[in-house]
Amino acid sequence: MADHKRIDEATGTSTVGHEWDGIEELNTPLPRWWLWTFYATIVWAAVYVVLFPAWPMIDGATEGLLGWSSRGQLERELAVDAKRRAPIVQAIGAAELADLPARPELMQAAVQGGGAAFRVHCVQCHGAGGAGVKKLYPSLTDDDWLWGGDLPTIQDTITHGIRNPDHKQTRMSQMPAFGRDGILEPAQIADAVSYVRTISRQEKPGASSARGAAIFETNCAVCHGASGEGGRQVGAPKLTDAIWLYGGDRASLTATITQPRNGVMPRWGERLDPVTIKMLAAYVYSLGGGEKLAPPAGGTAAPDGRQADGKP
Amino acid sequence: MASPEHLAKASLYEARKGVYPKKVDGFFRRFKWGIMAVTLAIYYGTPWIRWDRGPYAPDQAVLVDLAHRRFYMFQIEIWPHEFYYVAGLLIMAGIGLFLLTSAVGRAWCGYACPQTVWTDLFQHVDRLIDGDRNAQIRLANAPWSVNKAARRGAKYLVYLVIAFWTGGAWIMYFADAPTLTHDFWTGQAAPIAYGTVAVLTATTFILGGFMREQVCIYMCPWPRIQTAMMDEKSLLVTYKDWRGEPRGSLKQAQAHPGAFGDCIDCNQCVAVCPTGVDIRQGPQIGCITCALCIDACDGVMAQIGRPRGLIDYCTLEDAAAEQAGGTSKPVRKTLMHPRTIIYFSIWSAIGLAMLFSLGQRTRLDLAVQHERSPLYVQLSDGGIRNTYTLKLRNMEARPRRVSVSVSGLAGAALWSEDGAREDARQSLDVALPADSVTRVKLFVAAPGGGPARQDFTIATRGLDGDPRGDSETIQFDRPET
Repeated sequence: MADHKRIDEATGTSTVGHEWDGIEELNTPLPRWWLWTFYATIVWAAVYVVLFPAWPMIDGATEGLLGWSSRGQLERELAVDAKRRAPIVQAIGAAELADLPARPELMQAAVQGGGAAFRVHCVQCHGAGGAGVKKLYPSLTDDDWLWGGDLPTIQDTITHGIRNPDHKQTRMSQMPAFGRDGILEPAQIADAVSYVRTISRQEKPGASSARGAAIFETNCAVCHGASGEGGRQVGAPKLTDAIWLYGGDRASLTATITQPRNGVMPRWGERLDPVTIKMLAAYVYSLGGGEKLAPPAGGTAAPDGRQADGKP
Repeated sequence: MASPEHLAKASLYEARKGVYPKKVDGFFRRFKWGIMAVTLAIYYGTPWIRWDRGPYAPDQAVLVDLAHRRFYMFQIEIWPHEFYYVAGLLIMAGIGLFLLTSAVGRAWCGYACPQTVWTDLFQHVDRLIDGDRNAQIRLANAPWSVNKAARRGAKYLVYLVIAFWTGGAWIMYFADAPTLTHDFWTGQAAPIAYGTVAVLTATTFILGGFMREQVCIYMCPWPRIQTAMMDEKSLLVTYKDWRGEPRGSLKQAQAHPGAFGDCIDCNQCVAVCPTGVDIRQGPQIGCITCALCIDACDGVMAQIGRPRGLIDYCTLEDAAAEQAGGTSKPVRKTLMHPRTIIYFSIWSAIGLAMLFSLGQRTRLDLAVQHERSPLYVQLSDGGIRNTYTLKLRNMEARPRRVSVSVSGLAGAALWSEDGAREDARQSLDVALPADSVTRVKLFVAAPGGGPARQDFTIATRGLDGDPRGDSETIQFDRPET
């Protein structure tokens, strides 16, 4: 290998002095600041490795002098957010539940907080957005309620649950298994089904439904009401409307009368704090079916919750 | 393997060669002064222009309000969903650079690029404190002394003040300038404001004070892109070698008349160059076409009684024509060639289209989202309810009242979250605060027994004088039967 630098004629650039079989390398030097920038990045990396978690070990990584971790950062951010929310959560806790709709700023926060809790605790049965599951769990978005749809009633249902045998204040009722336990003959059940389908305007009255009316009066009216309007004290559904939790066709109704489901909902009063339950009630109320309490006095004031500058 | 000593000798890295441009006066220098004054005035002054928009909007003429997601530019207000206007501006800026390059070469680099303007400013500071080119070179080569340390200290201090002022002006575009200035100096501004000023101070100090032409030569992609966009009709700063060569000193030329060209090899063109290139070597990446060498050479030509323009703006076509003994085309004709006309047409078409759509855009915008869980709700009377989330954007700086109504859905009634089905109506009045987005949860009920999927229209209409609104066609779902 020859070792002589020379100026390349075509480019006017000096060569680095290497030559391999007549092939030479031009020397177009890198700016020196570039080299220093490169060194600076190495120093940066060295400092970073010491300060932050870096080297993977068998069960974790080196912790770094600053003690930073993404989980720790998340916890700090959550703590900051909890602090930010504290005043409004406190205000919701202090407010009378039935007054929430009249206080939009609290109601909005409650609906949001309730929505978050709903997505954790309730969607498993009641579905996303409270849509319910056909023939299993009731929709919370419609205008038909088994136990009542005003705010305190919803709160009560969430707190104490439905048909919890080990809890005194739970909502309790039991529809007898008319078919399974032999209370009614299959033909009688068929007549009762005809009658129920008649009062819900799914079938025209006939001989069967006329027979069914008598059966209804003796067996069903005590809970479901004389005209099938339902009874909320015992969670007996209205039978005259278009909403059927377990189906309104002949087969479904026959199955229900033969062996009722008597659905169960856990009580949340022991698992969730009162404010969360309040917010859950507000959320369920807001889904479209919320019922107003019988007003004690005249009109409700709805002040504008937005600030004057238009930034909510 | 080469030995380390050998590598050291070959020197793979090169220290920056100092550039000490000499003071020069002339047409282009004055033109540059003018552009520097205008661009710096725009940069530092714009945030302080006030523009009255009424009580509901800021009164700063140009404001990028990141916190509230608004962009104000005089009477134009841009919302985040209208970001295509910003994209359009960026495309116009890009095509504008193409246009400029195909017409007048690297004029952007030479006159208006911030790197050029600030480098120019810093080089004036050098001259102010260290003296002109020769004094600067002497000082750079002198050993460290009290005088040198004092001068360097003073110079870096001035650099720092300019850099800080540059960084400080930048943040004024992002918040109300007088308020931010007060907050900044009383320690109440957001940490990001101090961080931004610190970063920009550092970059201005380093890029303007020390990196200078290195940015253009090694860091900036634009010179490389430009090279691909220039053609034989682009204006270049050209040394007319057919007129200048062979070079010879004034004495030699007087001794041998006719044997030498006009170039007297006085090196003034190199001395004044802010990037330190020798233009006589032809077009090169380091030449930002600032034309200061033209000023220097014209001055020399005047002194020795030769016509000006030995170094001059010239297209490659003209250069060939002149070399062949012809004359160059007038500048007006040079500028008007198909490429520049096409670029200009595209550029102005985009601009006009944006202006047109700005004039036509609705300031009351409606966006509708259909609640998907559940898609529909069976109501006890047999009706079906669908839920929609309306996003009503009131993009005017005044509170408004609008009515929301539906059409194309027989028997439809609507109510909002605050209402109830009992008071459902055909339309709904909503109050919209100024310059804000209002979300309304809209319940729409219609008789059951219709088609499973049906399109209908939700429309808004202003109730306060200006009835123009917006509408959206969306689906109403019923159970499949």
